[in-house]
Amino acid sequence: MSDVCIVGVGIHPFGRTDGVSGVDQGVHAARAALVDAGIEWPQIQFAYGSSDAAGNPDTMVDRLGLTGVQFINVRNGCAAGGSALFSAQMAIKSGEFDIGLAVGFDKHPRGAFDAKPAEYNLPDWYGDAGYMVTTQFFAAKIMRYMHMFGISRESLGRVAEKAFRNGARTPHAWRRQPVSLEEILEAPMVSDPYSKYMFCSPGEGGVALILASEKKARELGKPLIRLKAATMRTRPPHSFEVFAPSIDVVEDDSGPRGTASQIASADAFRMAGMGPGDIDVAQLQDTEAGAEIMHMAENGFCANGEQEQWLTEGRTEIGGALPVNTDGGCLACGEPIGASGLRQVYENVVQLRGDGGDRQVPGNPKTAYSHVYGAPGVSAVTILER
Amino acid sequence: MRAIAENLFTNETPPRLIGGRDRETGRIVFPCPEGGQYEAVPLASEGTLWSFTVQRFRPKSPPYAGPEAFAPWIVAYVELPGQVIVEARLVDVAFEDVTIGMPVRFTQAPLDPEAPDSVMIPAFAPIGDKA
Repeated sequence: MSDVCIVGVGIHPFGRTDGVSGVDQGVHAARAALVDAGIEWPQIQFAYGSSDAAGNPDTMVDRLGLTGVQFINVRNGCAAGGSALFSAQMAIKSGEFDIGLAVGFDKHPRGAFDAKPAEYNLPDWYGDAGYMVTTQFFAAKIMRYMHMFGISRESLGRVAEKAFRNGARTPHAWRRQPVSLEEILEAPMVSDPYSKYMFCSPGEGGVALILASEKKARELGKPLIRLKAATMRTRPPHSFEVFAPSIDVVEDDSGPRGTASQIASADAFRMAGMGPGDIDVAQLQDTEAGAEIMHMAENGFCANGEQEQWLTEGRTEIGGALPVNTDGGCLACGEPIGASGLRQVYENVVQLRGDGGDRQVPGNPKTAYSHVYGAPGVSAVTILER
Repeated sequence: MRAIAENLFTNETPPRLIGGRDRETGRIVFPCPEGGQYEAVPLASEGTLWSFTVQRFRPKSPPYAGPEAFAPWIVAYVELPGQVIVEARLVDVAFEDVTIGMPVRFTQAPLDPEAPDSVMIPAFAPIGDKA
């Protein structure tokens, strides 16, 4: 079967854009992607759109043109963007369509995400007692991981420091000021061991990707960025997820619990016929600093505990052996849920084309990996190849 | 003393937590879900700290029903051997003395430590010299 290719990318800068709705940020991104692909909206045969909190993506046809195009909305938590992309590539692989759009946007209110117990099938007292707070889960997960594998709090700081340094070089990033390691480590604590610089914030933004069959991509004369794998998976038994009043006991608890990320990752590598060592640049979900560390291992790039050395040696820096989160990731870009996973793929296309400017990974990267993870145990992975 | 909800604690002295055992698989969860699939079982009173964090800011109300005046508290995951790992407060210990693996015992703690009639929530406290 021929590959699905990404022939156009567009982005609306992440962060806060007062006066521009989420849908319009998606429209902005879609128009940019059309220009990038060198096509007009009427040529788009289908679209999948993801948004968690900013309205129905299909309403953007009002702005882009009432062509009667098929437009399906996707909601899937933090994997929404990845799910839109997965669906779009399936539509092409099936032979039904030659070219289409995957678009995602969001616009969240300031502050932490609002969650109510009933939405998660939990009793009211759980919220009364103060446990409907996502940061508690992330903190408890890394606390145990640090204890088991000797990860220092300084390593958490290094991840955040890198994110802001890369964000400073990235036009679409929200946080564009470097922050020193010392300031990160000594900032007010939000949920131990994480200080305020170690969590990303809900934000705004939009991303659009135009996908085409290989034949169509050749017709357009675009460099072939092949989507070698796109997977979306849910959690295995005994995993530790957000809003958990209890967790299963297991016979051997000496390693980390299995995760949706491990499943999505292993399947993506299998589909692409590659291994972690073949990847030149990676975007890994970093809603908090420790997530990047744990996801390095969950996606197979290193063994549990090796991250300490990797970070000390700068292996995940832009000039390192495996650059991770080259645009500053969620920590520097914020997390508009519907757009976040597609931002990673956008960044990978930019890197593979060599258009990264100040943040370009040296040495002509040929393969790029993206990974999102979200509540309650969903994950989406893509692998691109030039 | 009032519990924050019904069917959380046993009616004995001292009380224990009530979990739910899946009648088919034997898997134990907390709290005990309603409906016929789970049977209520008392959970062990002693366990070890599996993981934890400190909640440093006041959670949003609603749903949080704690006092307006906020003082940070510890969120603990406690492993009750052979049964289940439960989420609860960890009390009667300084933040810097908390370590994963420390032995703890079940207790109840007031949601509002300053209020004489506060509802009680599930909690654990260290056993031994740190208590």
